[in-house]
Amino acid sequence: MKYSIFSLARNARSYHEQWPLAWRSPAPKPRYDAVVVGGGGHGLATAYYLAKEHGLANVAVLEKSWLGGGNTGRNTTIVRSNYHLDPSAHFYEFSLKLWETLAQELNFNVMYSARGVLNLVHSPADMDAAIRRGNAMRLNGIDAKFMTRDEIASWIPNLDCRPDARFPIHGGLLQPRGGTVRHDAVAWGYARAADARGVDIIQQCAVTGIRIENGAVAGVDTTRGFIATTKLGLAVAGHSGQVAAMAGLKLPIESQVLQAMVSEPIKPALDTVVTSGAVHFYISQSDKGELVMGGDLDFYNSYARRGNLPAIEHFVAACLALFPSFGRLKAMRTWGGVCDMTMDGSPIIGKLPVRGLYMSGGWCYGGFKATPASGWLLAHTIARDEPHALNAAFTLERFAEGRTIDEKGAGPYAWAH
Amino acid sequence: MLLIPCPWCGPRNQIEFTCGGDATVPRPAPEAPEAEWMRYVYVRDNPMGPHVEWWLHGAGCRQWFKLNRDTRTHEILASAPPDAPPATEP
Repeated sequence: MKYSIFSLARNARSYHEQWPLAWRSPAPKPRYDAVVVGGGGHGLATAYYLAKEHGLANVAVLEKSWLGGGNTGRNTTIVRSNYHLDPSAHFYEFSLKLWETLAQELNFNVMYSARGVLNLVHSPADMDAAIRRGNAMRLNGIDAKFMTRDEIASWIPNLDCRPDARFPIHGGLLQPRGGTVRHDAVAWGYARAADARGVDIIQQCAVTGIRIENGAVAGVDTTRGFIATTKLGLAVAGHSGQVAAMAGLKLPIESQVLQAMVSEPIKPALDTVVTSGAVHFYISQSDKGELVMGGDLDFYNSYARRGNLPAIEHFVAACLALFPSFGRLKAMRTWGGVCDMTMDGSPIIGKLPVRGLYMSGGWCYGGFKATPASGWLLAHTIARDEPHALNAAFTLERFAEGRTIDEKGAGPYAWAH
Repeated sequence: MLLIPCPWCGPRNQIEFTCGGDATVPRPAPEAPEAEWMRYVYVRDNPMGPHVEWWLHGAGCRQWFKLNRDTRTHEILASAPPDAPPATEP
């Protein structure tokens, strides 16, 4: 069924009790042309683009839990493409362009809100770096605008822009087309659209082993039996190392926990996304009115999906320094997600050294904004057995070849990016 | 909040420490092949379970030590000076 004002009116007459299910829950078939592990945004997008762009309909998505219950439902919903290095800039800009039309593409309102992403700068050196990155973005055809402190002060009145503030604001780099997207809707929209094209979405089905015969993928063992396939895509960021180990691979990745927090909901108070690299903090306001904020990793390996108080205290302190008026709000909820932290801060999208095995992972803490492009490019790589120009640089081999994509120039530390 | 047992100072608050990552990766000889250095610099076991890692007691005795910590539960299993393998009991 196509969602529209007419279907809404029709279903209103039956008190919204007759809506069909958005996707089926089929039993797994014994064999698929391609199998994608991971039923988050990335995995579902991969399956959707395999069916839509490459005509592969006999595709399954295997999810050990429920759809979008991992990092797709744990991120802070920010989308942007304000990257400095060419491979990252082209990749994330492709993703942002897909976000702009995704609701029409999927016939599902993903609530893309181009409210802008503003990176604050707090020192002359910070400002030089921001202007350099902004110029690099504009040379790559990406929107970027430098804002002075006065412009920021009149736009965001509750931001402390006084010259004697604890963290004085010198200006900011704005990407106007950046913003937020409703993350659950992304998983549901891709699931519904993929299902409509014949993809089998199989939940409560954990992969327990990868079968390899003569150096090529032969299938996966799951909690619901063996499933044969010769093309296997992994979209399990946070746990990429665990699943890749089933194929005997070790990755340049460490898993660390990243926390976020929402305040109690309030009336509209902040109509953009504000970030500060210097104090490790970012904030936006959700459509429900909560202030959504986060900061740094907890800085130790973890699969616990929960963190500790020092990281929260750090970003709350940063929040109160920048937005003193938010000090009266109550924290409503905190949570954590497990991030694949790569050694250069950039993802791995491409072929793995086993024939028929592909991955999209190593998303560090920036995977959500990449969802459409990650799916599109992983699908392309699986279908053609070779990467697209946009993901050709994001190989696993780049670490051995000395071609790391280190946006910050921070060196080979999983926690440094 | 982690309560981290420094081998020299005893149990102290997590905020006094910095984690330095996996302590089980052996440093190759200077003349070792590039592939071995690549593994040392980039590749990690990243285990789900007990993980032996470096920690620095930066706001205390400023010494590095090894900590055995479970990455699923954050439970601390053992700590030990840098030259000793951490035992299984704290």
